[in-house]
Amino acid sequence: MSIDPNLRDTMLAAVPSLRAFAISLSGNVDRADDLVQETLLRAIANIHSFQPGTNMSAWLFTILRNLFRSEYRKRRREVEDSDGSYAETLKTQPEQSSRVEFEEFKTALSKLPEDQREALILVGASGFSYEEAAEICGCAVGTIKSRVNRARNRLAQLLHIDNANDFGADQATRAVLAGNGG
Amino acid sequence: MSEDDDLTSKAENDRPMHSNTKPSEKRGRTGPSLGRDVQAKIGQQLRAYYDGLLEPTPDRFADLLSKLDGKVSDKGSGE
Repeated sequence: MSIDPNLRDTMLAAVPSLRAFAISLSGNVDRADDLVQETLLRAIANIHSFQPGTNMSAWLFTILRNLFRSEYRKRRREVEDSDGSYAETLKTQPEQSSRVEFEEFKTALSKLPEDQREALILVGASGFSYEEAAEICGCAVGTIKSRVNRARNRLAQLLHIDNANDFGADQATRAVLAGNGG
Repeated sequence: MSEDDDLTSKAENDRPMHSNTKPSEKRGRTGPSLGRDVQAKIGQQLRAYYDGLLEPTPDRFADLLSKLDGKVSDKGSGE
């Protein structure tokens, strides 16, 4: 059997972003690579269920997310693999001028609840619409919106990003955000 | 997996979280809203973070897809 070369190319084109998403989710490059590999294997095995003309990228993200979720649940029983180790295991060396900022951001991101982190990344970095992100996560669009919003609020708080000029009362905002924390 | 129809219907009516807030405070519909500059800054950092992860994509996935394709067409016959 062979796959339509176009489909294969589309898959391959989606890999970098898919992998970045996997790293963001798992916090671990090796695990991310395994996830991507498994995703591609499943995608090919189920290629007949892919609707031509629909978003290949979203389809692959959905598979990967589901894999991660089921694996994550398993692993969680074995190891207490929560927020603390997430930040430590991520060892990517970005070629970035502001490495400190990167590290800070990574740490802050690791403190977000899983569902908020994935929603934020899908919408804010992977380039999916709210609707697509909702499909990938299997939830309502409104849920994605509120997760993204909460994620942003929390990040702003953790990174001490505020803007008095824009908002007028950052003290009050902080208080609201702090009260909102979950 | 059963997707409920909420997928589209709920999009338009997020619950008003604080119905008694003043109009000036209701900038977003899903909770306390951040200023645009703050959002922009977070967005920028998020993309920088993500872009940092995009860079070195191993060849193994291209190889994998070629191999899975059964008959390797153009690439992979040498290695």
